[in-house]
Amino acid sequence: MKLLLVGESRDGRLPGEVLELFGFADVLGAETSMVLVGSPDVLPLFSGRLYLADIRLYGEYNPEVHKRLVLKAIDQERPDAVVFLHSSYGWDLAPRVAAAMKVAQVSAVTGIDGEGFTVDSCNGKMRRTVKPSTSSFVLTLQPGAFPALRISGIPEIIPIDADQATRVEYIGSRKPEAGVDLSRATVIVSAGRGIGKQEHLDLVRDLASVLGGEIGASRPVVDAGWLQRSLQVGTTGQTVSPELYVACGISGAIQHVAGMRGAGFVLAVNTDRDAPIGDVADLLVVADIVQFLPALTSRIKAWQASGF
Amino acid sequence: MNILVCIKQVPDPGGRFMPNAAATWFDDAGLVFRMNDCDEYAVEEALRLKELLGGTPEVTVLSVGPMRVVETIRKALAMGCDRGVHIDDPEASERDPWQIASMIAGHAMNRTYDLIFTGMQSEDRGSAQVGVLVAEKLGVSCVSGIMAFEWSDHSVTVERELEGGIRGIARLKSPALLTCQQGLNIPRYPTLPNIMKSKKKEISVLRPEEVGVDASLSSVAGFRHHERKNAGRILEGEVGQIADQVVAMLDAKTKVLRRGGAR
Ligand SMILES: Cc1cc2nc3c(=O)[nH]c(=O)nc-3n(C[C@H](O)[C@H](O)[C@H](O)COP(=O)(O)OP(=O)(O)OC[C@H]3O[C@@H](n4cnc5c(N)ncnc54)[C@H](O)[C@@H]3O)c2cc1C
Repeated sequence: MKLLLVGESRDGRLPGEVLELFGFADVLGAETSMVLVGSPDVLPLFSGRLYLADIRLYGEYNPEVHKRLVLKAIDQERPDAVVFLHSSYGWDLAPRVAAAMKVAQVSAVTGIDGEGFTVDSCNGKMRRTVKPSTSSFVLTLQPGAFPALRISGIPEIIPIDADQATRVEYIGSRKPEAGVDLSRATVIVSAGRGIGKQEHLDLVRDLASVLGGEIGASRPVVDAGWLQRSLQVGTTGQTVSPELYVACGISGAIQHVAGMRGAGFVLAVNTDRDAPIGDVADLLVVADIVQFLPALTSRIKAWQASGF
Repeated sequence: MNILVCIKQVPDPGGRFMPNAAATWFDDAGLVFRMNDCDEYAVEEALRLKELLGGTPEVTVLSVGPMRVVETIRKALAMGCDRGVHIDDPEASERDPWQIASMIAGHAMNRTYDLIFTGMQSEDRGSAQVGVLVAEKLGVSCVSGIMAFEWSDHSVTVERELEGGIRGIARLKSPALLTCQQGLNIPRYPTLPNIMKSKKKEISVLRPEEVGVDASLSSVAGFRHHERKNAGRILEGEVGQIADQVVAMLDAKTKVLRRGGAR
């Protein structure tokens, strides 16, 4: 099996997840090469061919031109599979490349299953095996699903170039608004869509307060405008590692869990016994937050008042 | 000006999923269906643009799927879309993203849509492919996962969401396709008068053969429950009793109760 890995640059750096591409190749025992629009000063270490285009010329987000660059590498390399990360870069670029090649794409791969690839379905409650029927194909890998493999070696650099015409002009990026830094909190009590209505945030706040913790949120709570965006935990929010993380009405989507996996103890409160949050919860309480949170808060208060 | 919004009907994820006989997808029985989350933002953004431009753009909402998806098309019409297109495909759940994209592109090919909005991905499949594939098949420019949208005389400025909440800003010209991420706006609820009005709005029904379906590029097997690792304990029953057990466990396994109390 011959893989062409598609590296990526974020803010001038190679994100750590790029090592997961090598981890995946290793699991398959595949021969690997990589294509990267990056800086000649920050190169991935491996022994193989590295098709390199200079980011100063081709930019960080420039999908129409990056597509041409990746296709050039594919043309020279003729891989069995082209492997992206399922990242903002990868999910945007991969279908463009698959469409140009007229081949199958399997998205957000979490495992290998015979000839096929395992992917999550129905918000992580189910999974299925997707098998490409084209002779070569495109994959995007779910970040965190494969081990990061740090290898060594000096790649053989093959410079590539492409026509720079594009209809999508990249203007630049802006950082999210600064807010509470949750990365240092020892206790975080997070509210999810399951809290039902904004007023119920008080129940979450009360629990956070008796625990001396901060309040956090899953994405829908922020999207609804109930809490500020800076309190969102997950891939597109903050990454946290408190001693205690309480997930209130949070289903445990992969993008949320990616942000709180490092927590010491996870308590989940959910009406659904099968919610995927059960995978990472040390303790799953099957209950309605409206009844359970006040009960827990008052027990903790009583416990503290009793002088331990 | 013409705008197309592509929406998908998905099962509420709170339901109990059972694989169908062939284990290729879920059995519909017992599930509650509704509009895919990201797609509501797509509908809303199209309607906001329509309003901004004095109501002149015509907003068409399209969905591929079996008969039951008409209900979701109706919801988009009740939100304010002008007309519906139902590509009536009982086999939709067996099709891969490439095939779904070929049907949508087959419809859009013969019209002149200035803008196409889709959701970034569906909640049930999560492939994040269909929107981008439609753009590629139509040859229109595309940006995925937008969190902000601004229109100024056929020039579009969007923000796409990157890891860690960073926003990338891009500009492109119509015709363009944008895949919408949750949080792009706050989708409206249909009002009663609009629900009444929507009942008279036209939904054209097309069969897959009429729009054209490509051959599939992949197949699915082994649709199954995500076997839970069940790393931890599960507590059920009377909330007061559970709360006592939780307090005892927090005391045994963490130091947070003592520390919290001291603050
Ligand atoms: C590119 C991308 C990036 C993303 N980034 C993030 C991110 O950074 N952070 C993030 O959180 N999400 C992110 N998401 C969204 C993610 O996929 C999920 O949609 C989201 O995490 C779901 O939030 P939730 O668990 O609060 O809501 P849901 O999935 O709707 O879950 C609600 C839960 O509440 C339970 N519940 C309902 N009622 C009650 C009740 N009364 N009491 C107790 N429990 C109840 C339900 O059983 C359910 O499990 C991202 C998605 C994409 C596509």
